[in-house]
Amino acid sequence: MGEYPRFRTDAAADEPAVTLDAFLEQTNSASVLIEAGDDVQRLLPMLDRVRLVEVDFPRFRDGRGFSTARILREAGYTGELKAVGDVLLDLVYFMRRCGFDSFAPNHPLDPQQVEAALNRYPHVYQDAADDAVPIWKLRHPQLRHE
Amino acid sequence: MIVLTGNDLKTGDVVWWDGAGWSADVNTAVDVGQEADTIALREDAACRVNVPYAIKAEHTSDGVRPAHIKDRIRALGPTVRMDLTRRPDDAGAQDWVI
Amino acid sequence: MYRYDRYDQEMVDARVAEFRDQVQRRIDGQMTDDQFKPLRLKNGLYLQLHAYMLRVAIPYGTLDSRQMRMLAHIARKYDRGYGHFTTRQNIQYNWIRLADTPDILADLATVEMHAIQTSGESIRNISADQYAGAAADEIMDPRPWAELLRQATTFHPEFSYLPRKFKIALIASAADRAALRWHDFALRIVKNAEGETGFQVYAGGGMGRTPFMAYEIRDFLPTQHIFSYVQAVLRVWNMHARRDNIHKQRMKILVHELGQEEFTRQVEAEFQHMLTLDTDFPQVEYDRIAEYFTPPPFEAGLTDRIEQSEPGFVAWADRQTAAHKMPGYAIVNISLKPVGEIPGDISAEQMEMIADLAERYSFDELRATHAQNLVLPHVRKQDLYAVWQGLVAAGLADANLDLVTDIIACPGLDYCSLANARSIPVAQQIAERFADPERQKDIGELKIKISGCINACGHHHAGQIGILGVDRKGTENYQLLLGGSGAEDASQAKITGPGFDEAGIVDAVERTIEQYRTLRNPGERFLDTYRRVGMEGFKEAIYG
Repeated sequence: MGEYPRFRTDAAADEPAVTLDAFLEQTNSASVLIEAGDDVQRLLPMLDRVRLVEVDFPRFRDGRGFSTARILREAGYTGELKAVGDVLLDLVYFMRRCGFDSFAPNHPLDPQQVEAALNRYPHVYQDAADDAVPIWKLRHPQLRHE
Repeated sequence: MIVLTGNDLKTGDVVWWDGAGWSADVNTAVDVGQEADTIALREDAACRVNVPYAIKAEHTSDGVRPAHIKDRIRALGPTVRMDLTRRPDDAGAQDWVI
Repeated sequence: MYRYDRYDQEMVDARVAEFRDQVQRRIDGQMTDDQFKPLRLKNGLYLQLHAYMLRVAIPYGTLDSRQMRMLAHIARKYDRGYGHFTTRQNIQYNWIRLADTPDILADLATVEMHAIQTSGESIRNISADQYAGAAADEIMDPRPWAELLRQATTFHPEFSYLPRKFKIALIASAADRAALRWHDFALRIVKNAEGETGFQVYAGGGMGRTPFMAYEIRDFLPTQHIFSYVQAVLRVWNMHARRDNIHKQRMKILVHELGQEEFTRQVEAEFQHMLTLDTDFPQVEYDRIAEYFTPPPFEAGLTDRIEQSEPGFVAWADRQTAAHKMPGYAIVNISLKPVGEIPGDISAEQMEMIADLAERYSFDELRATHAQNLVLPHVRKQDLYAVWQGLVAAGLADANLDLVTDIIACPGLDYCSLANARSIPVAQQIAERFADPERQKDIGELKIKISGCINACGHHHAGQIGILGVDRKGTENYQLLLGGSGAEDASQAKITGPGFDEAGIVDAVERTIEQYRTLRNPGERFLDTYRRVGMEGFKEAIYG
């Protein structure tokens, strides 16, 4: 398992993440693991004491983690959001757009290929959790100052 | 008999294991018996053929005839476009499938 | 119709480059088939019985002559000279080589086409009314909204690994020509009491092994919030759908398990949240897109008279044309169901001949229909005769729209790796049995739909007469269904009883139709008679 890539400059949390149930029961952990099928809404009232959220992708086809990440970012979470598990090269771009800023894939990713994948698309069609400007806004420059 | 079949990775063509390699002609298929899984795994890893799998077939006077209609259609081609099958001029090919 | 600007073009070009890289990694052995499969499916590439199959998107069923000629070029250069129009207004090629696919996608990109959204667990190419922009009965052209949604959902980061496929349909008339309620998500443009334009929204439909018709989840959604609403629906489904059984992951199953009321409640709550994020496309962007769909320069003062001297032409014009919103114009339906041929198949030469007709007589526009036919949407009535002659030359002048020989059929076991039985030969034999034009006319509207497996690509659940091919101990067997509809009077067909072999199913269809002729009241379609007398009125005739 690799700890790559990471897109944050702060120090990584060094304590192991606990499950959502364990996190909600105890107060001394700042790292939580969201497993596929967990209702992340339950975490939202506690976000101010979270430093790291790991979101597990049990199989790459299981895309629940993408929504989990969006929900966390939409709720204002700014801490580390790490995708763990079956994280394949071709998912990283979408994960970044959903707000993930670190990765711990089961199988290490090739840095060059990650770089290429993240820069593959010159534009985006819609708003997401990143700060990419959607095409519709590029088409109407007058809207960018609103 | 047990024969091994799959689709060529690059072309998608239907292929059959002839004992040494992959052939487009079902009649060259050999009985792989107990070796099916071993060969399939090895060939899958070699990335020459998409997910090779074993099927039952029969050795007839007419050649190798897969037990299931799906594999007979794979061996021949679409029954509704005989011109595109492997036996375009053979009036008996339809009957071989069904 | 819509044209790409440099942004759209750069996105599609990037997609081609990405897939070229992915194909190379697969060929080089850096990826297993399991890993490659979802990537190729995101580019419309399946592995079927005889070869790879490439499904090319025809967004909301609209294309122009330049695109049609490119489809012909691809058929000729990379396939075996033909293509197959599908029940979701797309086209697919049956004999594709993996190594060629990046070049094919690059060729398509030169005419603003692609294979995005045509397969895999993704938001699929949006289907729409094939008469959009031409129909006499539409409120407005629905296609600007389809194009806006196409862009909004393309490469959507949150919804690119959905539980299953997600099919959207969009229309703007009371008549439903797009099988609205058989989609996961469907929109009908309506006006409310205040005269404002909005969407009537349906959710949770789909065919497959567990058919459901979509229910009305909202009677009026202001148009400007459509993207927020779609995202709300997708998020509720993505978070809560089962992931343990591929047959139970479509949205219709979640709707069924939660109940319509609870599903609606969750979607509404999520929708209110989405609105706070302000992700909807603004009016200026809608206006920019809508500009591309301004009506072509129709002529005023044209004659409505149609040439009457040649009976073959008169019969064709009578059956194959529909009312256009402009006087002097007609909508022309081109049958891809010549008796004895393969439903939806078309040769490269025929594609080019139709492209010529579209360019010359229909403001360069063409449409594909979910019934696997084509449409020339804007033809001057005075040109109909010339169009007919062109179609006669192309071998596509059959006059059978919505008649017993206008059969929908999936590729079935002749091509498809999922199929259990062949569909096409059954369609061909039924068509041959009823080939006599007088007999077809006497029977009237009768939509037969044939699927070669329970996935129901041939829409058998929505067939007035449906046929489902199954595998019965290694031989092909066909179940007969009656009473379905994919139109505005949508209903689900019911199985008559025990199945039939290949010859038997054709006879059973004939007995069903003869029974209808016996039972019908004046003016009744087959479906009307069935609804009046029920299955009981047919059972004995079918099974004796």
